[in-house]
Amino acid sequence: MNADTAKRFNAAGAAITVFTVFCAVVWAFPIYWGIVSSLKPEDEVVRPYIELWPENLTFQHYWFALTETQIGRWYINSIATAVGTTILTIVTSLFAGYAISQLRFPGRQPLYWLILASFMVPTQTLIINHFVLIADMGLLNTWAGIILPQLISPVVIIVYKQFFDQVPKDFREAAVMDNATEFGVLFKIYIPMNWGVTTALSIVTFIWSWNAFLWPFLAVTKTEMMTITVGITQVTDAFGVYYARQLASAVLAGFPVALAYLLFQRRVTQAITLSAGIKG
Amino acid sequence: MIRNTKRETLIAYILIAPFVAIYALIFVYPTIDMFRMSFTDSPLIVMPNGQPPEFVGLENYTRLASDRRFDTAFWNTAYFVLLTVIPGTIVALGIALGISRLSGRLQALVLALFFLPYILPVSVVYRVWDWTLNFQFGIAMHVFDMIGIDRVPVFKVTGWFMPAVALVTIWWTAGFSILLFLAGIRAIPQEIYEAASLDNATRWTTFRRVTWPLLWPVTALVLTIQLILQLKIFDQVYLFSTGGRPNDNLVLVYYVFQRAFQNDHGGRAAAIAVVLFLIVIVVSVLNFQLMRLAEKKQ
Repeated sequence: MNADTAKRFNAAGAAITVFTVFCAVVWAFPIYWGIVSSLKPEDEVVRPYIELWPENLTFQHYWFALTETQIGRWYINSIATAVGTTILTIVTSLFAGYAISQLRFPGRQPLYWLILASFMVPTQTLIINHFVLIADMGLLNTWAGIILPQLISPVVIIVYKQFFDQVPKDFREAAVMDNATEFGVLFKIYIPMNWGVTTALSIVTFIWSWNAFLWPFLAVTKTEMMTITVGITQVTDAFGVYYARQLASAVLAGFPVALAYLLFQRRVTQAITLSAGIKG
Repeated sequence: MIRNTKRETLIAYILIAPFVAIYALIFVYPTIDMFRMSFTDSPLIVMPNGQPPEFVGLENYTRLASDRRFDTAFWNTAYFVLLTVIPGTIVALGIALGISRLSGRLQALVLALFFLPYILPVSVVYRVWDWTLNFQFGIAMHVFDMIGIDRVPVFKVTGWFMPAVALVTIWWTAGFSILLFLAGIRAIPQEIYEAASLDNATRWTTFRRVTWPLLWPVTALVLTIQLILQLKIFDQVYLFSTGGRPNDNLVLVYYVFQRAFQNDHGGRAAAIAVVLFLIVIVVSVLNFQLMRLAEKKQ
């Protein structure tokens, strides 16, 4: 390559870089705009010209949301159901994933098919019968009712199975020589060796559950039992047609997951690529 | 090593018991129940003192043929798939190629900016875009003014609704596809690019001859995941329809919801759910077979 083409290449490369960064800023701008608008007094929000920063910065809408609406209650519901879903999903999937990966037992193959089948079945089509079931169990408007149908998470089992498959057999054999029980092997070798995966899967399961909309929306009719993702869209009279208030409530609803992502970026991206079947 | 089969089986059953119990309750049973219900005239909830539902054979299915709302829901879903799957994949690929050229902190920052929307709940996405595209005060309307189009209340006008929701959906979900593409790009050996540059290949040739063919498996994966995901769309369509024209904007899951929860027609809703269920299964199985074929060819 001669010097001239190299230069041309670099100029084009720099242009692409600048363009990418520019696009990223434009891409994230609506989020920035939502946050900034939530920090303006209502009369500033509806000004006909663009102000990228509030003239009079105010937290009054956050104060309003936290003190005058049921958002605090919705936070508790969201945390309880998301944590519940995460723990139950992780524990049941970890055990089942271990059994499928390491143990031989009658029914192993059908079990594997069941998991693969649940990959394909769209849970959205089960809403009617989930509703009938949860109503029959008397669990509408309860945390348990919100959690139960969210426990279909075949991805987590498959990821565990893959990771357990990769643990060298020597560890297992050495432990068995030392008279370790099957549970001992699981708790002293397989789980500690895969803490990273467990953390990653827990974080994304929490985020998915926090973000769940359709089922929590159907399972709850009482405003005090709503999760925050449902509450901020359903109880509009709590906020009125006050754009800044609505946006402040949205910022409050998105904040925990955004924070979880920013703190654990690598874990989140790892778990998400794993969930698509790609080794990250 | 000698395996104690009996003991191993017992332990395995203890370990899978919670999982099997949960799946039997919330996956296997509801699936069977959905098929059963679709052949009856059941309401959503059968009252203990009310009439027991009757078996109506295929009636719930045959009447879908002349059901205008089903027609709308079906074609809107197809339209939405068309608007999101391929365009969304192309956008994500473009962004991933751009990000892969960056390095270090700048790369992490740019990736975070593109990825952040994916992590947000749909109701936050709804609030943000409802505000951005607000007819009176939305900042996007300034862009409309600049280009010289008349301002439109995009979520209230039928022709604008689906494209606008598709745009928001691409914005919301692109982060996921971008991650998969980035993983795919990183897996391409650097030597191939060095060889290409020694051959004085242009940027475009390198992309067409090296990057694109090597990324094809990831592209196929992204397309399938997107296709299956978008067939099941509900949340955004429902939220953006509030105060608008839900009956024009129906998609399949929305119609299931409407029939079951607003019209109290459990049986008819179940029939629609079964149709969508079968569509998604057929697409998944076809895709699975295609992937297997492609693997064999290689």
